[in-house]
Amino acid sequence: MSAETSPGSAAAGKTPATRGEWPLYEVFVRGKRGLNHVHVGSLHAADDQMAIHHARDVYTRRNEGVSLWVVRSSSITASSPDEKDPMFAPSGDKVYRHPTFYDIPADVPHM
Amino acid sequence: MTTQINENQFDATELEAQFAATIKAKDRIEPRDWMPEKYRKTLVRQVAQHAHSEIIGMQPEGNWISRAPSLRRKAILLAKVQDEAGHGLYLYSAAETLGATRNELTEKLIAGKQKYSSIFNYPTLAYTDVGTIGWLVDGAAICNQVPLCRTSFGPYGRAMIRVCKEESFHQRQGYELLMTMMRGTEEQRASVQESVNRFWWPSLMMFGPPDDDSPNTEQSMEWGIKTHTNDELRQKFVDMSVPQAEALGVTFPDDGLKWNEERGHYDFSTPDWDEFWAVVKGNGPCNEQRVAHRKRAWDEGAWVREAALAFAENTAADAADTDTAADTDTANTADTTNTTAEETAK
Amino acid sequence: MTNEPSIHVDHDEAGANIEHGDHENAYSGLLVNDAHWAFGTDFEDPLAGVDTTVPSGVDPKDLAAYCLMLGDDALVFSQRISEWCSSAPDLEEDIALANIALDLLGQSRLLLARSAAADPSLVPQLPEGSPVPDEDRLAFFREDLAFRNVRLAEVPNGDFAEAVAKILIYSTWRLAIFERLQSSRDSVLSAIAVKGVKEMSYHRDFAGRWVLTLARGTEESKTRLLTALEGLWPLWGELFETHPVEASVAAAGIGVDPAEVADEAGVILDQVFAAAGIERPERGALAGVRGERGRDGLHTEALSKMLADMQVVARQYPEGQW
Repeated sequence: MSAETSPGSAAAGKTPATRGEWPLYEVFVRGKRGLNHVHVGSLHAADDQMAIHHARDVYTRRNEGVSLWVVRSSSITASSPDEKDPMFAPSGDKVYRHPTFYDIPADVPHM
Repeated sequence: MTTQINENQFDATELEAQFAATIKAKDRIEPRDWMPEKYRKTLVRQVAQHAHSEIIGMQPEGNWISRAPSLRRKAILLAKVQDEAGHGLYLYSAAETLGATRNELTEKLIAGKQKYSSIFNYPTLAYTDVGTIGWLVDGAAICNQVPLCRTSFGPYGRAMIRVCKEESFHQRQGYELLMTMMRGTEEQRASVQESVNRFWWPSLMMFGPPDDDSPNTEQSMEWGIKTHTNDELRQKFVDMSVPQAEALGVTFPDDGLKWNEERGHYDFSTPDWDEFWAVVKGNGPCNEQRVAHRKRAWDEGAWVREAALAFAENTAADAADTDTAADTDTANTADTTNTTAEETAK
Repeated sequence: MTNEPSIHVDHDEAGANIEHGDHENAYSGLLVNDAHWAFGTDFEDPLAGVDTTVPSGVDPKDLAAYCLMLGDDALVFSQRISEWCSSAPDLEEDIALANIALDLLGQSRLLLARSAAADPSLVPQLPEGSPVPDEDRLAFFREDLAFRNVRLAEVPNGDFAEAVAKILIYSTWRLAIFERLQSSRDSVLSAIAVKGVKEMSYHRDFAGRWVLTLARGTEESKTRLLTALEGLWPLWGELFETHPVEASVAAAGIGVDPAEVADEAGVILDQVFAAAGIERPERGALAGVRGERGRDGLHTEALSKMLADMQVVARQYPEGQW
C-alpha cells in the first residue's frame, strides 16, 4: 500500500476540518469455529493494533469467543463488474466510491 | 494518484436507466454504483441526521447513569447508552461509503449545520424517563427504522439491521422498567404517569411534520430511501401504543384519543406543531446544551486523536528505519494482535 | 452469554434473513424471556454451581469486610469511568471505556453480594418489606465513612491521559492481586477472580497501549500524560498498604496481602514506562489522617459528593422496586 492512497493521509492534505482523521478499517469476524470470517462493518483507528482493540470493543462488544481480522479499507482491491461507476472506472479497484480515497487538489470546488 | 473523470465513456442516460431499474426491482444500490448526485446527497443528509441522533441521544439517558437506583439498572443503562454510540458508529460508517467522513459530519453537527432528532432536545427530569424513553422514544424509533432495513442503499440497510436488533432490546428494557415501577410504591406509579405525560407528544412528533408539510417525502419514497409517510408511521405508532399503555396502567394526555371503528384506527388530537418547529429551529429546552456537550467532547478529544496519528506515524517511521526485515516484523505484529483478540475474547 | 453480537453476524451473513415481524413486535416474549435486555447485563453467572459456604479457618466478618473492600474499589472506580460516557475523544474510545466500567460494575455486584452473604450485619437496614436487594443496600445506603475502597478509585476524573493512566495503575495492581486470588480457598472469591483476571488483562492492555501512544505521540500528549501520572502517583503507595483485615484473610488462605504484589506490580509498570520512554514519578505517598486511609473509611472530599449523586434516587425510594 502506498502512503498516498491511505484515506488518512489523503484527508490530511485536504482541508483543516478533516485533519487528523484516523484511517478507516474494515472488520471481519469469525462468529464461531468452523465459519468464515465475515465482514461486519468498519471503524476508525490510528493503526492496526488499535484497530484490533476497537474491533473487539465495537463489534464483539463483550467477552464473546471470536476471531477478528482488520484491514485498512484503502488496502482492499475490489472488482465488481456489476457495479458500474464511470467516475473512478480507470482506477476502479477500491471498495467504496469514496472521494477521500483519492487525492483531489484543494482548489477544486465542491469536493 | 490522479482521478480520471471520463464520463464520455459511459452513456449518462444508460446509467440513469440502470439506477432506476435497480430501484424499481427493489434491489440494493451499492457504494461503487453510479447514482444521481441528488440521491447521494439526500442519503448523506438522512444517514448523518440518523447517526447524529444516536450520538446526541446518548446524553438525555446518560444524564441518569450516575444516579441509576440499582446496580442492575445502572449496568443496563450504561450498556444501552453504549449501544447508541455503536449505532452512531455503524451509521457514520454507512455515510462514509458515500464519501462523507465522520469528521466532516461531526464538524457540521457541532456547527449547527446538520440536525438530529428533536426528541433529544427535551430534558430528562427523572430516572423514570429512562423507562419512558425506552418504551415511547425507542418504540417510535423502531417504527421509523424497521422499514429502513429495506432501504435502497445497501450499507444503510445493513447498518439498520444491526441497529434494529439492538433497539428492540432497548424498547423492552424501558417497558419492563416501567412495569416494575408500576408494581412498586404509589410514588413510583405517579412518577411513571408524570414521565409519560411529558414524553407522549414529543414522541408523536418524532415522525416529522404532517405529510402535506414534508416536501422531501415524495422523492425519498420514489428512491426507496423512505418507505412510509410520516403520518402513516405516526398512526401505526399510536395504534401500537394505546394497548401497551392500558397494559401498563397509564394514560396518554390526549382527550381526543379514541378508537374509530370505521377507520380501524385510533383517532388522536393534533400535536402542537408550533412547539415542534420551535424545537427544530433551535429553541427547544436543551438544543444548546446538547450541541455544546458534543462540541466539548469533540474539541477536548482533538489532542488525543492527533496523538494517536502521530504515534502511528512515528512507529511506522521507526520500523522503516530499523532494518530491511520490516516486512517480517509487521507480519509478526499482525499475528500477535490477532492472537490477543482471540485470547481476550475467551 | 446468550445475546452476543456474533449471533447477528450469522444473520447478517445470510443477508435479508431478518423477518419484518421480529422487529415490529418488540413485545413478543416479554416477561417470558428476559435474557435479552441489553448487551453486557446478563453476564453468565460465574458463581453458578460454586460452593458458597464460608470455608473453615476464617472469620466470616473478615471475609465480608474483605469482599466489601474489593467490591467498593470496583464499584467506585466503575462509577468514575462511566462518567466518561458520551464525552470520550471518539466513539470507539467511548465504547471501550463503557466496556471497562461494565466489567468493573459486574465484579462489584458479585463482591458486594458475597460480602452480604458472609456477614448480613453489614447490610444497612431498610423499612420492613423493602424489596431492595443486598447489593443495592450496600451500594446505595451506606455513608462514605463505611466505604472501604482505596482512594485511587474515587479521585475525580481529569483528561483522557488521566483516565488511561489511572486505569493502567488500577488494573496493574488489581490484576496482580486477582491472579493470586484465583487460588483462594473461598470458592466464590476464586471464581470472581478467574472472571476478573480475563477482564482486567484486557483493561491493562488497553490502558498500557494508550499510555505508550500518548507518551510517543505529540508533545502535548506527552506533557498531559506526565502531568496525569504525577498527579496520580501519590495514590500508588496506598495500594500496597496491608490493612489488618487483609492480613487476616491472607493468613487464612482466603485473600491476598497487597504488600506481597508491590514488587511485581512495580516491575510491570516500569516496563510500560520504559517502553514509553518516560520516568516513574517521584512523588511521595498521600498521607492519611491519624494513619487512616481508604480501607479504613477515610476518604478524600470527592467520595461523599460522588455518593450523594449516585445514591440520590435509590434513597428517595427506600421501598422502591427497580
